[in-house]
Amino acid sequence: MKPPPFAYHAPTTLAEALDALADVGTDGKVLAGGQSLIPLLNMRLAAPGHLVDVNGVAGLDHVSVDASGVRVGALARHADVEADDDAAAAVPLLRQGLRLVAHPVIRNRGTTVGSLAHADPSAEMTAALALLGGSVTAASTAGRRTISAADFFVGPLESSLRTGELLVDAHFPRPPAGSGTAFTELARRHGDYAMCGVAALVTLDDDLRVTAARAAYLSVAPVPLVLDLTEAVAGRTPDTADFDAAGRLVRGRLDPEGDIHATAEYRAHLAEVLTARALREAAGNAVRR
Amino acid sequence: MATRMFGMPVQRTEDERLITGKGGYLDDLGAGAYAAAFVRSPHAHARVRDIDVTGALDVEGLVAVYTHEDLSGPMAEPLPLLIPHPAILDGRTPYALAKEYVHYVGEPVVMVVARDRYVAEDAVGRIAVDYETLDPVVGIEAAARAERVVHAGMSDNVAAHLVQEVGDARAAIAAAPNRIELDLDIERSACTPMEGRGVYARWDGRDAMLRLYSSTQTASGVRAAVAAKLGLQLGQVEVVVPDVGGGFGVKIVHPWPEELMVPWAARALGHEVKWAEDRREHFTAAAHERAQRQHVTVGFDDEGRLLGLDVDILHDNGAYLPYGIIVPIVTSTQLLGPYKPGAYRVEFRSLYTTTAIVTPYRGAGRPQGVFAMERTMDAIAAHLGMDRADVRAANFIQPEEMPYDQGLLFQDGRPLIYDSGDYPASLEKIKKLVGWDDFTAYRDAARAEGRKVGIGLACYVEGTGPGPYEGGHVQVETSGKVRVATGLTTQGQGHQTALAQIVADELGVPMSDISVTTGDTRRMPYSVGTFASRGAVMSGSAVALAARRLKEKALRIAADALEADAEDLEIVDGRVQVRGTPSAGIELGTVAVLSNPLRYAFDEASKAATQFTGAADYTRPPVAADDEPGLEGTDFYSPLRSTFASGMHAVVVETDPETAEIRILRYCVVHDCGKLVNPLIVEGQVHGGVAQGVAGALYERMEYDSGGQLLNASFMDFLMPYASEVPKVEIDHLETPSPLNPLGIKGAGEAGVIPGAAVIAAAVEDAEGFAITRMPVSPSELFHLRRRFDKGGIAPLPGAYSRTGEANA
Ligand SMILES: Cc1cc2nc3c(=O)[nH]c(=O)nc-3n(C[C@H](O)[C@H](O)[C@H](O)COP(=O)(O)OP(=O)(O)OC[C@H]3O[C@@H](n4cnc5c(N)ncnc54)[C@H](O)[C@@H]3O)c2cc1C
Repeated sequence: MKPPPFAYHAPTTLAEALDALADVGTDGKVLAGGQSLIPLLNMRLAAPGHLVDVNGVAGLDHVSVDASGVRVGALARHADVEADDDAAAAVPLLRQGLRLVAHPVIRNRGTTVGSLAHADPSAEMTAALALLGGSVTAASTAGRRTISAADFFVGPLESSLRTGELLVDAHFPRPPAGSGTAFTELARRHGDYAMCGVAALVTLDDDLRVTAARAAYLSVAPVPLVLDLTEAVAGRTPDTADFDAAGRLVRGRLDPEGDIHATAEYRAHLAEVLTARALREAAGNAVRR
Repeated sequence: MATRMFGMPVQRTEDERLITGKGGYLDDLGAGAYAAAFVRSPHAHARVRDIDVTGALDVEGLVAVYTHEDLSGPMAEPLPLLIPHPAILDGRTPYALAKEYVHYVGEPVVMVVARDRYVAEDAVGRIAVDYETLDPVVGIEAAARAERVVHAGMSDNVAAHLVQEVGDARAAIAAAPNRIELDLDIERSACTPMEGRGVYARWDGRDAMLRLYSSTQTASGVRAAVAAKLGLQLGQVEVVVPDVGGGFGVKIVHPWPEELMVPWAARALGHEVKWAEDRREHFTAAAHERAQRQHVTVGFDDEGRLLGLDVDILHDNGAYLPYGIIVPIVTSTQLLGPYKPGAYRVEFRSLYTTTAIVTPYRGAGRPQGVFAMERTMDAIAAHLGMDRADVRAANFIQPEEMPYDQGLLFQDGRPLIYDSGDYPASLEKIKKLVGWDDFTAYRDAARAEGRKVGIGLACYVEGTGPGPYEGGHVQVETSGKVRVATGLTTQGQGHQTALAQIVADELGVPMSDISVTTGDTRRMPYSVGTFASRGAVMSGSAVALAARRLKEKALRIAADALEADAEDLEIVDGRVQVRGTPSAGIELGTVAVLSNPLRYAFDEASKAATQFTGAADYTRPPVAADDEPGLEGTDFYSPLRSTFASGMHAVVVETDPETAEIRILRYCVVHDCGKLVNPLIVEGQVHGGVAQGVAGALYERMEYDSGGQLLNASFMDFLMPYASEVPKVEIDHLETPSPLNPLGIKGAGEAGVIPGAAVIAAAVEDAEGFAITRMPVSPSELFHLRRRFDKGGIAPLPGAYSRTGEANA
């Protein structure tokens, strides 16, 4: 479990980093927190000829909050984002999801943007970005582009990031006024990737009636899937809405795969149960806001 | 009198060093050594057609590449079958490097030695082995069906077959008023110590001496095995065991192929060589345990008393049988627990499969045996509508029946005779601790709220401290410091503390003056090893006996010096003094000086022992004919047979009605390991054991696919529980001394793990209302069991087990 040989690049500015990525092309990989990449190297499941370590690049570790939402720089660690009270106030789903990402030591090192770049459909942050309709900014020597979550996640561990591009930040928009969110999941062990997880967003009008209910799913689809479940609960108040019916609405709209930890049937069942739980909690949070 | 240390909850003296990063483990040694890595079989079963190493030869830093063709003499022969047994029909063992066939994924085929492990792995990646793949045999069913065989030259996969019988069990069952049958299934788990295996060898060509460091549970065993394979005299091999980051059984196996190849290569190259196993190697190429299928037929009376018990076991021993059949022997004998089975018949077949070998893992076959017996007890209770604790009580061996002969032969080849124990008292304690009698009300109240809770109980008896022997050596330095050595090794059990406590009491010296060395053949060449909960019983007794010898000598010398009668002397705080007149005394260190008559004075202390000091007695030689110089004592402890510890666990679980998550609400333990040397250490052992019991019940399993690939060879997918999954453990002790050893102690190392699967299955069953017959059980599986139950595919309790019994009921 030692990595194969690679050339190591340690740029200190964004320009250097982008030059290095342009130079090494398809034979290069960005190294951020290393929590996903290093295990892949050690198990020799990946063998890039070049690693471009961006940890020394200045100006990428910001977590900034404005009226539109939270912008997370490429080097902000999961733990930084989780600890940021302004970010948690603006987009509560971030902290709700981050406390479910692995364990504190991994969150201290792993980056939120790295998690998005990794595009793991079992990751909490990919689901959060998808649910909120967020976006990422990619930079290369050719310039910058903004990619919406819907366009970014293409398949398991597959994104629309191009060779030579670095993700510089991600934008998590504030949910609409009157909204509440919740994150609930079931993992075999505390901190493991979930067998199934649901991030939910419920929006209420001034009379506390549901106007929108959406949920994003982890570990049950090849990409962070978002389902609109408004029809099951529209017009009801949080205590009269039938969230179990919303859960049943999920049936047939997911086609999870089974693995050694959970069969496909069990995952589908969990998606139903957790949908109801997450929506109920999100609606409760919407009332409290 | 100084405070007695024996029985005190002394903080472990080794902990500060170990938990502040000051431990010295195998991979901390040998910074200048070459690194070894192995090309391992990617196939579960194949013939090696050709090995092409040319691709690796230009890797910079490569030192050597070895295949089986490079080996000769004993090294080219199969590894030893360590523990032979007449029931072994065809005992196959691997080669140090695969000869023609490979029989599991991970089997070493080629050894690479290089400048460092990175380079070694690069070279490994460039060696091309051409395999002709053969049919894998995975799982007990496939092995038993024997449509495919693992080993060429065998007509089936049966490595061993053993029947033991006391009375006529089948007749007793046939005549019994009630009869039920159970089919039970336990899956594979493994020890998975934090530190994997590791070997570091230094060959000194000038002295023709090998110094071998190994992360092992037996220094003396490795020494003898390596000497035999490398054609060396025992005196040419020293084995030193550094700090070991856990063993749990896997490191008692020896010699591992790597443990032979590393010193062999060090000698061949004239250079230090080291191999530190990585996690993936440990998963695929070390050892696993547990997997068994059991068929139980039991006959019993209307009070739940056993009349006859017939158990048929299929045991998966993996690809080879280097450690013999200890595990199924332990299962088939320890299954009986604290009970009188009436007539008993047990039959097992140990089967080859094309998977990693199966050797003892903490509990060593007992968790499976206890699973069979305790599931049977619960089934009887369900069948008769009796309280589960009452059924157990009806079958207990009573304290006044001790010693109790079960009429079988145990794993040490000696009679299975329980030395002592008080099972009714343990049952009372566990019922009180967990609140057994109040639980029905709690369960009913929970059910009314839509919650599912259940309680389980499981009992075990554990044969501990088997022989043949261990030794102790205790020496008082002229400084007064005491050095203690015993041959068995330590993997974190706290031997340094517990053995020092024993010696402190025996000698009357403070613990801070005592240092303990384990697992170093230079200090104690005669030893067996650390396994079967034998450390405290065997080495504890041995160092106590050795200290007594030393004390006798110290008193004799001091009596001369003090012109007193040895009978009137005592040792307090490292000083020999006249009882009642503490001013008349002499330091133990000074006694050590006097014990060794000298010609040369090299410091102030030694001056006192030279020829012209003191009053000489010209009628006696300086060292008497029946005496030796020095203040030392050596002794060995060899027990008549094993001593039997026991315990009972009770657990309360809650299962989520929607998600089928299983949560442990309470985990209670009553534990009897005789006299406690150190309650803190014993409780720590119980905690660790319970953690592994919970692991085996709810989390861990080795997932082989039908092709023999291990799908979860990492801690990401092999679900060793984290601290967050391990429940708080509530412990109560009972101390029934063992009459067999000088300290009255029994082993405690494995106890905590033993009833884990049984007790959790019982509690889940109680919560769900249908039988749990397969462990481990995951939420996903429980979800599917519920579905089957809802569709009528599983009978509800009681009566869930009754198939053949119904007619009689
Ligand atoms: C034991 C363990 C448990 C875990 N459990 C969870 C969990 O429950 N949920 C969860 O979401 N995650 C989990 N993770 C993953 C963790 O969140 C990772 O940190 C994260 O997925 C990747 O972030 P990183 O900064 O470590 O990225 P790295 O490992 O450095 O990189 C990952 C990939 O993304 C690419 N990349 C990284 N940053 C950029 C960038 N700025 N631009 C372009 N490409 C980039 C890299 O090239 C690489 O391909 C776990 C990890 C471990 C080790």
